[in-house]
Order: sequence, then structure tokens, then C-alpha cells
Amino acid sequence: MIKESTSMTRREFLEICLKSFPLFVFFPTFWIDELLAFDAETYDPTKHNYAMGIDIDKCIGCGRCVAACKIENDVPKEQEYFRTWVERYVVSTDGETQVDSPNGGIDGFPVLNSDETILKSFFVPKLCNHCSNPPCVQVCPVGATFKSRDGVVLIDEKYCVGCRYCIQACPYGARYMHPEKHVADKCTMCYHRITKGKLPACVEVCPTKARIFGELGQQSSPILRFLRFNDTRTLKSELNTKPKIFYAGADGEVR
Amino acid sequence: MHPVFSGYIYPNEYELHWGLLIVIYPYLTGLVAGAFILASLNRTFNVKVLEPVYRLALLTALSFLIVAPLPLFSHLGHPERALEMLWTPHIGSAMAMFGFVYAWYLLMVLLLEIWFDYRKDIVIYSQEKKGVAKYFYRILTLGATDISEEALRFDDRAGKFITIIGIPSAFLLHGYVGFIFGSVKANPWWSSVLMPIVFLFSAIVSGIAMVFLLHMITDMFRWKTPNMACLNKLAEFLLYAMLIDFSLEMLDFIHRLYESEESIHILGDLIQNRLFLSLIISQIVVGTLTPILGIIVARFGNLPDEMRRMMYFLSTILVQVGIFSTRWNVVVGGQLFSKSLRGLTMYKVQVLGLEGILMCIFLLVLPFIILYTFIKILPPWPHAETK
Repeated sequence: MIKESTSMTRREFLEICLKSFPLFVFFPTFWIDELLAFDAETYDPTKHNYAMGIDIDKCIGCGRCVAACKIENDVPKEQEYFRTWVERYVVSTDGETQVDSPNGGIDGFPVLNSDETILKSFFVPKLCNHCSNPPCVQVCPVGATFKSRDGVVLIDEKYCVGCRYCIQACPYGARYMHPEKHVADKCTMCYHRITKGKLPACVEVCPTKARIFGELGQQSSPILRFLRFNDTRTLKSELNTKPKIFYAGADGEVR
Repeated sequence: MHPVFSGYIYPNEYELHWGLLIVIYPYLTGLVAGAFILASLNRTFNVKVLEPVYRLALLTALSFLIVAPLPLFSHLGHPERALEMLWTPHIGSAMAMFGFVYAWYLLMVLLLEIWFDYRKDIVIYSQEKKGVAKYFYRILTLGATDISEEALRFDDRAGKFITIIGIPSAFLLHGYVGFIFGSVKANPWWSSVLMPIVFLFSAIVSGIAMVFLLHMITDMFRWKTPNMACLNKLAEFLLYAMLIDFSLEMLDFIHRLYESEESIHILGDLIQNRLFLSLIISQIVVGTLTPILGIIVARFGNLPDEMRRMMYFLSTILVQVGIFSTRWNVVVGGQLFSKSLRGLTMYKVQVLGLEGILMCIFLLVLPFIILYTFIKILPPWPHAETK
């Protein structure tokens, strides 16, 4: 009896294959996609350590990264909510620095009046710094914001109580309160993409490759090349947050 | 587009995150801690002249403590998840400790001390009263109806022991609230090691002033002439606490000015453009210097008692204005400048809604309603007066 229930004759096997053929024909393609994404199942976060480089000299302030981020991550359209934004610094000859970021730089920037008092100007893309020593994670009373094993700071939106302490604790202004979900929200480095081997949306769309994404632990990673060949700095390093967003060519005025 | 904002602020900073409700929270906990410390002066340090305000101070502390977490709950984005802080706290977070500090203070300190202190009265009420009240007081006795000499001596000893635990607990409660702000290194206005100590002393100031005020008001409504010795002693303690508090705040101010760190320019702008009214005028001139002067003149000047009481009365009201301004300047002030240190933001107070003025007025009035109820149930006056 046992033998009968567990074994199958060749004839039976072929019959089943024939009968299930229509199922494969009408099988929706996204299901196949799901099946092929087997990698995600075997994704081992301990083997990754993500970071991003920003090459200030390459950023043209087009704001495509801001737009792509808003679309990819369903960030509220209003101009008080950004996971990433671009700032423009204008340094005058007398050393004064003016900064602006109209609507987060999503539509680019108004033209500067040609003025001899301008010493230099440059664009600085900003986002969550995914600190190795994140103050936001330290202060979260329920542990809803946490550092994942692959070095990305994430928020569990089903657990966040919405106390906003993390928003206060972030020195970079990278967090906001989601107006509909009533939880803290911020850049995830497009975690849903990077764990499938894709680039974050902002990196993907950057026309000048001003954003460099990669893994700190892998010799072949673009981020290591970027760090090797550029003088880089992190923002507000005096706060010992140990950011993982590295800036090349960022003036001391950037904070 | 945003004409009220000046300079550059990070785009996510247009929304101010901690508003009026979070101003009220440290104000209320401060009153709790201060009122309790005043009560302990009588109990632990044997300042007998403060006997008339001992029970009133305890009931005041309890009333304000009951309301203290309400602004926090109303402020949460997901109040239904609030208890996660107790069930699954993130131990490294200062805020996660609130529930434990609160529960300890409420259950182990205030309720116990009040119960031991009132136990004899409760037992007597449960025998004297009639109808529902009789059963109500009987429940309050928790079955401990023995009021023999020995039992009362035990009550006294237990009460004293709890007060001794209660003093560091009161320090913990409000010092802890100060730590929540003082430990935010991202914010140069908050980040200061002095913050918990400044909070503590301002708490003592506000607590003493509140009980002082309530004592005068309750005496007025009971047609009693206040005990001047008690009032004078309260005025002295209030004065000492205010002098220490003001010195600490000035120390903090001078220290920042002298160190002149990167943030000093924006903090200077903040004081001149956003906090001039609430810090310089309301907190320092109206809420600190004027009452200090008023109390000195009233306490040490050669004035008739009536005049003296009036000056005490006005001074304690001004102290409340000053301490509320202090809370405002810390909580809201700390968010009125950008962390880019390049611009100033704005806070628009709403009238309606959870964060609105009406809600705040309700939360500020609620403790007095609760206190009134407590006073009706457990009169804090000496027995002879009650009868």
C-alpha cells in the first residue's frame, strides 16, 4: 500500500504532465518572475555592507534622483517630504555661503544671475546617511527603527509608534513623518531593489553618475574604487555618527 | 512660498514635530516632582512649619502625575501601539524608560505614600460615613482597618521610608525628562549635560510655587487665614530654588556664549528673532526676575501680612508663567532653527485638533479637576479643621 501511494508509473507521470499543460500556458508571467527571484530567498544580509558615494563635481542639479525616489518609493508629493533632495551652495567672494533647495531640487534650480561676487557654486545631493552609529536607532523607544545586518538603517512601519524622537535625533534632517501612515519615514537605499542586485532608483537615473553605489566589503565594488581615488568626507563627522554616504569634493561649508 | 521661514532649512524641517502637547508634558511632570520634593521637606527633613501643605502637596503631585502621560499619548502617530514601549522596550532608548519611571513613581512612591498617610483617616471615614461612601472608603482601606497605636507607628515609619525612596525617584522622574532633551546631540539648543539638572531645579521651583498658590487659594475658599509662618517658609524655599535654577540657566547660557561653537550664530538669531518674547521677556524678566524681587521684598521687607500674601500670590502666578515659558523655549525653541544651522523655522499654534490650544487648556485644567475630586475624597486639612 505504501509503495503504491508514493511511487508513480511512467504512464501516470505523463498523464499528469499533459493535464497540467494548460496551467503552464496561462501561468501569469509575474508568477514566473516570483519563482525566478529565488535569489531573494537565499539573500544573506551578513554578506553585504552597502554604502554610497556622491561626486559633487559631477552633480548638475537636475533633480532626476529626487523625482525617481518619489516615484519609486511612493514618497508623498508635497514639498515637505523627501527621502532624498539636492541642495545648491553658492559661495561668494566675501566667504558668505547661500544654500537653497527649491522643492528639494526636484525641478532643477533657478538660474543664478551672473554676478562677479560669486566665487563658486555646486550641488549637493542629500539622503539618509545610514550611519554605522545611528542616533535615530539609539533613541527609538520600541526598536522600530533598526540597523539591518547589511548596514542599512530601516523602519518597521508596522511597529513605529510615531513619537518622532528619531526625527529629532537625526542630525541630517533625513526623516519625516509620513502624513498618511503616521510613522517615521526615510531613505531605505531602495532596500527592495538592492537586495535583488539592482541599484537604488536615484543611482540608476543619475545622468552623470554623480551617485556611486556599492558594497564596502567587496574589492570589485564601484564604491571602493570611488573611495580609493577620491578625497572623501562624511557629513557632521564630529557627531560620531559614522555615516556611510561619502562625499567627494564637498566644501567644508556643507553640513 | 514660505515667507515666515528665513535662511535655509532642510526640506523635511518645514513641519515642526513636537508642539504644544510636548511643552505641556515636561511642565506637568515638573510640577509633580516639585510638589513631591516639597512634601518630602516636611516628612524627611522635618520642616515642621510646612505641615499644613504636606498632604496638599502629595495630592497635587498625584493629580498632575495622572495627567502627565496624556499629552504624550495624544501626540503619538499610533497611540494604539503606545504600550509596545512597555512590552518590548528598546533598552537603549531614553524614551523607552518613561513607562517604567512613571509606573515606579505612581505605584511605588505616590500612591503608597498617600495611602499610608491617609490610612487612619480612611478607616475612620469608613466607620463614620453612611451609604455608598462607607463602602467606598472600606475598599480604600484595602482591608487594613487596624488603627492601633502600633499600626499607626508602622504607617508613619513606612511613609517616612517611602519618602526617602521618593526623593531620588522624584529627581529621577524629572531629571530623566531633561535627559530626553539633553541627550539629543543633533540639536545644539538641547544638547547639554546641564539639561537634566536645570529641568530638576525648574521642576522644584514650579512645584513649590504651585502648591504655595493652591495653599493660598484653598485657604481663601475655606475662609481660613493662612499660617504666615508656613507661607514665609515656602517663600524662602521657593526663593532658594529659583536662585539656584536661575544661576544654572545663566551658567548654561554663558558657557555656550564663551565656547562660541559653530551653532552660536544661529542660536543668537533664534533668541533675537524667535524667542525674544518667550525667553527674554516672559521667562527671564516676567517669570524669574520679577517674582524673585517680589518674594525678596515680601519675605524680608517690613510689610503687613495682607500685602505680603498678595505679593506671594502674584509672584507664584508669575513663576508659573515663567516655568511654562521655560518649557516652551526648550521644546519649541529647539525646533525653531534648522539643523543645517542656516535658517529659522516657524511654529503655528492651532486652536482646534489634538495639538491645538483648546486641547492644551483641557490638559492643563484637568489636573485641577482631579485635585478637586481628591480633596473631596481625602481632605488634606488637619482633622480639627475638617470637622
